[in-house]
Amino acid sequence: MDAQKILDARIPDGSLEAKWSTYKAHMKLVAPANKKKYTILVVGTGLAGGSAAASLAELGYNVLNFCIQDTPRRAHSVAAQGGINAAKNYQNDGDSEWRLFYDTIKGGDFRSREANVHRLAELSVNIIDQCVAQGVPFAREYGGTLANRSFGGAQVSRTFYARGQTGQQLLLGAYSALMRQVDSGRVTLFPRREMLDLVIIDGKARGIICRNLTTGKLERYVGHAVVLATGGYSTVFNLSTNAVNSNATAIWRCYKRGAFFANPCYTQIHPTCIPQAGGYQSKLTLMSESLRNDGRVWVPKKTGDGRPPEQIPQEERDYYLERKYPAFGNLVPRDIASRAAKSVCDEGLGVGATGFAVYLDFADAIKRMGELIIRDRYGNLFSMYEEITGNDPYTVPMQIYPAPHYTMGGLWVDYNLMSTIPGLHVIGEANFSDHGANRLGASALMQGLADGYFVIPYTLGDYLAHENFSDASITHESFKQSATEIQNDINKLLSIQGKKSAKEYHVELGRVMWDHVGMSRTEKGLKKAMGNIQEIREEYWQNLYIPGASTLNKDLEMAGRVADFLELAALMAQDALQRNESCGGHFREEYQTPDGEALRDDETFSHVAAWEYAGSSKPVLHKEKLVFENVTPGQRSYK
Amino acid sequence: MITMKTMTINLNVWRQENSDAPGKMVPYTVEDVSPDMSFLEMLDHLNESLMKKGETPIEFDSDCREGICGACGLVIAGIAHGPKRACTSCELRMRQFRDGDTITVEPFRAKAFPVIKDLVVDRSAFDRIMEKGGYISVHTGSAPDANTMPISKEVAEKAMDAATCIGCGACVAACPNASASLFTSAKIAQYVYLPQGAPERKRRALSMVQQMDVEGFGYCSNHGECEAVCPKEISIKNIALMRREYVKAALDAGCFQP
Ligand SMILES: Cc1cc2nc3c(=O)[nH]c(=O)nc-3n(C[C@H](O)[C@H](O)[C@H](O)COP(=O)(O)OP(=O)(O)OC[C@H]3O[C@@H](n4cnc5c(N)ncnc54)[C@H](O)[C@@H]3O)c2cc1C
Ligand code: FES
Repeated sequence: MDAQKILDARIPDGSLEAKWSTYKAHMKLVAPANKKKYTILVVGTGLAGGSAAASLAELGYNVLNFCIQDTPRRAHSVAAQGGINAAKNYQNDGDSEWRLFYDTIKGGDFRSREANVHRLAELSVNIIDQCVAQGVPFAREYGGTLANRSFGGAQVSRTFYARGQTGQQLLLGAYSALMRQVDSGRVTLFPRREMLDLVIIDGKARGIICRNLTTGKLERYVGHAVVLATGGYSTVFNLSTNAVNSNATAIWRCYKRGAFFANPCYTQIHPTCIPQAGGYQSKLTLMSESLRNDGRVWVPKKTGDGRPPEQIPQEERDYYLERKYPAFGNLVPRDIASRAAKSVCDEGLGVGATGFAVYLDFADAIKRMGELIIRDRYGNLFSMYEEITGNDPYTVPMQIYPAPHYTMGGLWVDYNLMSTIPGLHVIGEANFSDHGANRLGASALMQGLADGYFVIPYTLGDYLAHENFSDASITHESFKQSATEIQNDINKLLSIQGKKSAKEYHVELGRVMWDHVGMSRTEKGLKKAMGNIQEIREEYWQNLYIPGASTLNKDLEMAGRVADFLELAALMAQDALQRNESCGGHFREEYQTPDGEALRDDETFSHVAAWEYAGSSKPVLHKEKLVFENVTPGQRSYK
Repeated sequence: MITMKTMTINLNVWRQENSDAPGKMVPYTVEDVSPDMSFLEMLDHLNESLMKKGETPIEFDSDCREGICGACGLVIAGIAHGPKRACTSCELRMRQFRDGDTITVEPFRAKAFPVIKDLVVDRSAFDRIMEKGGYISVHTGSAPDANTMPISKEVAEKAMDAATCIGCGACVAACPNASASLFTSAKIAQYVYLPQGAPERKRRALSMVQQMDVEGFGYCSNHGECEAVCPKEISIKNIALMRREYVKAALDAGCFQP
């Protein structure tokens, strides 16, 4: 197969600043009267899917919108806390589209496409306008203008927020737009559905197979294009900050139908989460990164210092982020903060019952500003922390530790956000497009909404206008074949009747991934992981136990997802193994600078690694070269 | 951090095969419950042990497990979301209970929330209420610059207080009349406070309130149980505001029926 030809990113010509506007101006349009003749299947109702479904319906398309939850408003985006970036420069502190673009490219460790990232920065400003018009109650100044904060290592204040519930408010905004379209009849909702396959007819994505999670029956849906907005795959680690139903199934099944999977090894481990307490745990709770604006991270200087924190004098504390990174201090990007926490804990300096935690201390901030201000800023987070741990962070420093949080990898898409399967578009966290090897705080919400509100309504229209579609119906041979295959898989899972639950396997897989495919990786560890994953996978198909039948059965749902995680995990390890460099969230211990920072190899690895499924053979690696015409990749320095 | 002492908890759980089957309370004993577990993790733990015994696990909804998505919803010890104030079922920790306690666990019950299975109920009626006006009509791309319309901090905060509703349905489950008034009024209030909501204010109040009736939710008779169980502490004052909005709109529309 001609790799280069397939991986045409279709980046428009012209100057970086003019690419999107010029391209948009020359797109082919679907005539208004014809739009209703097109059916678009949007899978996912998070920020990306919800905004896309609403905007496409506003244009007049007939939209079918699917989600796992009982209502679109519960998509995992609802849990985002900290905020959303936009280059509004309302604070007059030197922000601009260029600066947001540059920060995002640099933050991604020069492993993303210039053109995509610049478009994102341009669109960021429209998102805020749109959300405010919808009635999203962003935080405001006394004068009535919008408030901003600095977030996740940015040196300007460009983050818009709604208390610690920004994701919720943005999602409810998108949901409200969506419900308006439901009322108009242009969107039909299909909640409690899980997409289990993509149906391709004449080489184009034309349908999906879903399992109705209430009845257990398979359902077929046909349309002219499919938009996947199914979120990230951090739950491959079992314990992560993601919701318990987050999964990789939709993107994985599309991969197996021919969509390339890009940079699967790029995962983000978030530095400020509540450490794991017990084996029963179902998820890890994120403590918003905004806490690092006022909290100071430290560990004792002495290994095995068992004293309670308040008895450790200042001079015996190591404020290691401030020491190592004087310019950014506690606000260094996530990958750096996470790795630094791991390395002090690996040296035996960690605190708490397990030794896998560091302090995040607000004592100085409280002394300086008073408890009231701290309560105003972080009150809800502090009470959440106290609720979970039983400790009061106003008096005892918080304990935090990194946890899997976000996946920069995802299905490969071109500039139009279309995958290698014509008609299959992928938006939001499910694609790989904008964050390179590391995502900056408050930019996932921005990307999801940019994709859904402002990119896909244009690029999908252009696709539809260019294509001729055969008549397809759910009785087409491809639908039958796919439905049979999926039903067979389900029957097979149910028939194993072994001894261990899907959850037990998920825990085992998670441990392997965390140990060897997590925050830092080695060739040896990755090879070991690949062996372990293979063993678990073999045992899974021999010894899995699922109670009940194919009706409403959450263990069966979980079993299908874990089966896919086991396959995806192997690809993640393989991708990490071939990338013989360190960049962003991908840290290979063999490749580091003398002072322990990520050492990139731009000569060999300035590319997107896109994997093609090859059945029982090894997946095939294709490379999309990254071309930098406007910025010069340098070593990231936050010192 | 790890609390070593574990507890034994007795549960009485509502089991119902499907929406047509009759349900009943079934007793279970859960061993080795850590006080740090969330209520749902305790149920996960019970389910794992039921599976080992070849019994069918208890179905319940959850997703975020941090109190923001609104998926979880159990009546725990007779109270929607359990005995702790301002707390969802998933956030509730077992340290709220004592070793040997017996706790009943039931679904959110209401005519408009039919049981699907065990503790899982159908809350799609909430979506249909939202469909009838829980939005501001603004097409993507048609918005003016976000700072064009200043909104005072106080107003923004009031709107935010109402907007934090997670749509869990605890208010309905707690209300003796199974009224959806707290849920509906929170959305109406958010858009009453914000200037963006003004153009559609009347239409919104009329149609959302009417849809509550269509769905079979009961009337509000000021019991206040909804506010007491709301995990986001949405104020019952919103209901008074909704009533005023509705009456004004109905009078204006000439459709007021005394
Ligand atoms: C705790 C937390 C806090 C965060 N805070 C921030 C923040 O402050 N700022 C920021 O920018 N980002 C933040 N993020 C990241 C951000 O929230 C996510 O990246 C983003 O919301 C993803 O949106 P999405 O629309 O792509 O997917 P999601 O919101 O995950 O939605 C996925 C949708 O797909 C559906 N779905 C999935 N699989 C299937 C299937 N097989 N069939 C049918 N439907 C399916 C789901 O039901 C859901 O509707 C945070 C993430 C977490 C976990
Ligand atoms: S599971 Fe999301 S609120 Fe409880």
